[in-house]
Amino acid sequence: MPARRPLSLLLVAPALAVVLALFVYPLGYSLVSAFTARDGQPSLDNFVKTFDLYTTDIVFTLVIVAVSTALTGLFAAAIGGYLVLGAHPAAVTLLKWLYRWPLFIPFIVAAQCMRTFLAKNGMLNNTLDTLGLVDVTSLSGLLDWRGIIVTFVWKETPFVALLVSGAMAALDRASIEAARNLGAGGMRILVEILLPQVTSVMTVGLILAFVTMLSVLSVPIMISGGSPTMITVDMAFRVNAYSDYGVANALGFVSYLIAGLGAWVYIRRNVRGKTEQ
Amino acid sequence: MKATLGWLWRGGVLGIIAFVIFGPLANLVLWAVAIQWYFPHKLPLTYGFRYWGEVFKPTSDAFASLGTSVLIAAITVLVCLLLAIPAGYALGRRSLPGRGLILLIILLPQAFPSVAVYLNIARLFYMVGLNGTIAGVVLVHAVHGLVIAVWIAAAAFAAVDVELELAARNMGASALRTTLTITLPLAAPGLMAAAIFVFLESLDEFTGTYFVGVPDVTTLPLMMFTASLGGNYQIAAITALILLVPSIAFMLLIERFLNTEMLAKVG
Repeated sequence: MPARRPLSLLLVAPALAVVLALFVYPLGYSLVSAFTARDGQPSLDNFVKTFDLYTTDIVFTLVIVAVSTALTGLFAAAIGGYLVLGAHPAAVTLLKWLYRWPLFIPFIVAAQCMRTFLAKNGMLNNTLDTLGLVDVTSLSGLLDWRGIIVTFVWKETPFVALLVSGAMAALDRASIEAARNLGAGGMRILVEILLPQVTSVMTVGLILAFVTMLSVLSVPIMISGGSPTMITVDMAFRVNAYSDYGVANALGFVSYLIAGLGAWVYIRRNVRGKTEQ
Repeated sequence: MKATLGWLWRGGVLGIIAFVIFGPLANLVLWAVAIQWYFPHKLPLTYGFRYWGEVFKPTSDAFASLGTSVLIAAITVLVCLLLAIPAGYALGRRSLPGRGLILLIILLPQAFPSVAVYLNIARLFYMVGLNGTIAGVVLVHAVHGLVIAVWIAAAAFAAVDVELELAARNMGASALRTTLTITLPLAAPGLMAAAIFVFLESLDEFTGTYFVGVPDVTTLPLMMFTASLGGNYQIAAITALILLVPSIAFMLLIERFLNTEMLAKVG
């Protein structure tokens, strides 16, 4: 019904206008501001200053986000694989009930949980000490880059595992049974049969997780306030302490670039996948 | 013998997973009921609900920020549904020029790291006097909520059986009446799920409120953040538990609202 198209446009217009005004416009504003000096002239000054001050933090951010994403993928694959291949219904049911919990826990609450759990006197150290595995007086806490990674992986694994296990469950069981009959073990079926068929779902999940990690401000502040820290914290600091929007936006541009890197990996994979078929 | 070893191994792994998942939550609960707890004691020295009294005192900051949070979340749901229902209907059911592009723009807030965008929204809001107002915070929450609301609404409308609408039209119902009495009620469970998602997202939102809300609008997450950084772990733990209640309730409800059939259409 092409004649009624104007009405369709009218129906989406308000939602579209809100996103354009309150997301796309500020996004453009941040890009322009990143490339503008204090006197209003276009320049790269902000980037010179950014790399001068924050190169360590940019590398730190990249490493944290990359390691967290990789670990999230690994655990999600393991959970998804066990949910589909696990031979013991009781263990599968228990795992299915267990793994989803962090998905519904807000980031800020997760950060507060980990702030106490991973501290020097937190439950992790105390439990290991009680079990006789470590001596708590000689340990420091994990409240640094390791804590940020633990929190990100804890929070994002259930989301990716949910997507991946759903995709795995929808696969044709025949190939799994065939491999099993030929004597393949669970690990081999997971790596050689299940995972290759769910790469696109896995990549989408991991990219969403990756972008989320680059957007969360509360976790790095609450887990590890000191230096080096993530660029999200630096952005807030530049604005709150110096009202320096130029450098803050230059750091924002760097965060878009890092996110773009993730998307680029995805597109490249997809193109390669298409040409191979 | 082999079976016993197998269960021992499975039990061990599941036990470690359970510890990793519930340990941090257990630590939070301990802080919520601790009065005194310092190094090197592994457990609190004295327990009690004294801090709960402080949090739930009608004049307390926490109580006020809970009210602010719920008010903001409720208005955000209203704004999001008003925008998402027509948009979701158009995207899910009607032919639309540039459908892909429109969908892409609406999904953008989920695809970009948001901190830099929020600080520029705060800068723009400051110029028009929206900074530090409830309206400003609602708008910021609504943009993010729209992504999920439009997505679910479109899927919910797409899942409505066209035959039922045609039957109503055949029996003489007007287009408007069909929409109100057939299409909307059938899409209602999906819209309800969208509303819950938006409500929770708004309730838990931190970054946007941190930039746009300060110094006048203090939501529960902001108040928890301040308490935590100030070393006031009991207050932070109790506020965190309050924030957890709706999330956990939602987790137990979600399977009722989002059936697999609908999830399949979301993609």
